[in-house]
Amino acid sequence: MLDSLIQGLLLGGYYAMLAAGLSLMFGVAKFINLAHGDLAILGAYLVLFGVDWLGLSPWLAVLLSLPVMALVGWLLQKFLFTRTQAAGFLLPLLVTFGLGAVLQNGLFGVFGSDTRSLANYIGDLSWDSWQITNELSVGKLPVMTFAMAIVVLSGLQLMLSFTRLGRSIRATASDPEAAELNGINSHAVHRAVAVIAMVLTGLAGSLLAMRAQVTPYDGPMQLIFAFEAVVIGGIGSLWGTLVGGIVLGISQSLGATLISSQWFQLTGHLVFLAVLSVRFYGTIVHQRGGWWILIKQLAGPMTRWSSQASIKAKATKTRIKNR
Amino acid sequence: MMTILSTPVITGSGIDKHYGAFQVLHGVDFSANKGEAVGIVGPNGAGKTTLFGVLAGATAPSAGSVIYQGEDITTTNAAQRCHAGIARTHQVPRPFLGMTVFENLLTAAQNGAGLSGDDAEKYAVHALQQADIAHLANRPTSALGLLDRKRLELARALATAPKVLLLDEIGGGLTEGELHQLIALISELKADGLTIIWIEHILHALLKVIDRLVCMSEGRVIAEGAPSDVMNNPDVMKAYLGSELEKVL
Repeated sequence: MLDSLIQGLLLGGYYAMLAAGLSLMFGVAKFINLAHGDLAILGAYLVLFGVDWLGLSPWLAVLLSLPVMALVGWLLQKFLFTRTQAAGFLLPLLVTFGLGAVLQNGLFGVFGSDTRSLANYIGDLSWDSWQITNELSVGKLPVMTFAMAIVVLSGLQLMLSFTRLGRSIRATASDPEAAELNGINSHAVHRAVAVIAMVLTGLAGSLLAMRAQVTPYDGPMQLIFAFEAVVIGGIGSLWGTLVGGIVLGISQSLGATLISSQWFQLTGHLVFLAVLSVRFYGTIVHQRGGWWILIKQLAGPMTRWSSQASIKAKATKTRIKNR
Repeated sequence: MMTILSTPVITGSGIDKHYGAFQVLHGVDFSANKGEAVGIVGPNGAGKTTLFGVLAGATAPSAGSVIYQGEDITTTNAAQRCHAGIARTHQVPRPFLGMTVFENLLTAAQNGAGLSGDDAEKYAVHALQQADIAHLANRPTSALGLLDRKRLELARALATAPKVLLLDEIGGGLTEGELHQLIALISELKADGLTIIWIEHILHALLKVIDRLVCMSEGRVIAEGAPSDVMNNPDVMKAYLGSELEKVL
């Protein structure tokens, strides 16, 4: 049980890293990127390309993949995302859905459908662990991933709080038009956010390829995990993303341990659904003026239905008696 | 004084604005001279705020041009116009939420006035003091009431180091005492050489500051000139307040 909790907690670090970019882009630009998972897989394949084809060390390949991902973010924001966003809420969803399909098939075209992993290139790190007690051990890679998530989120927090870019990002997230009127180029801010988001996403993809095997079609599942972490933690909240990632990781880990390994993903999805439902009903309760009023309103139709049913029953009894 | 007033700093010529079939501005001509304070009055829906949007770059005109300091800025965006020295406040304040009052002003000083480091901080502090909200510096904007939000709105516009200041009903909701303070501040800014264009329904406040009055109705300028002339104009009386204007005078 304790082992599951710790493994889930550490897995949450990966989810937080994966979800941070999605959350940032939604929080600032109100942009939902359905190709987010595929872009993480692209990041993983960039590192695999550096290692497999160019013969680089995995760490150097990760380092070199980050500016490439930054460029991908800048180009996507400049030439695709900004233009689609001007056309309303639906078009970005359709376009990024299409972008995801293009990325999947593009990776398939270049790299084939074989599963690949960086695990073979990082030596002991992929499987080595620290033995805490006889029954409890923690993997070095998950600990490193979790620590990296904390460092990255702290860095982001410091940037957002204390730098000119950070304040411009927060101002644009609050009111892009007012930001423009105060001299902030909101398009430039959105590009900066897309660059940061893609660097984080690429890093998350690389970490995924170190701990697991990846194929070109793994993106949608990563997108779902990222979405779940963002929704559980609160949309647009930086540290909420870490909390959401941890809750998701622990739910999956406990589901796998307490029920069966096949329940790993499903438990996470169910917790996500539960959180979403509570949030949804919470909003409705707030709008309707409290739980009691909502219960009365929900019970209203049933009460009427039951009273009508009882009237019908009484009428039937009366008819029977009259006979 | 007349020599200062003779140079137009901002001019809008033949400005049309329509949203689909609904036309909000009909060939509006408007200008303000350097160091001048111009008041804009008109009933709700006259197109005053839309004109501000066009001048500040937040709203693209359907036709016409905006000239600022001799340059055509019609196609420039709001951020570029802010850098050039045009600042505006909103009728309903729009503070950057999730930030403190001081962070709002620092953001404006850094991005609008183009300052950095200590200079930006000093300028932000100066704007805080001008708007008399130094005591609120570290308060989150979400915790401010309407009046303090209005003060912040003005302070943030001042922190961008404007040459032309567009004030949209900044006096609404203020008490008489607060209104006096506001009039004193705006008069001071005018004395410093700032061009002020002020949309306001509170006429007695407006009349204490402005050199010239423009009256708009149904998307058109129906009268402009010396405040007393404009207010005695029969079209203005009919369109705006009717006989109320006589009482004000």
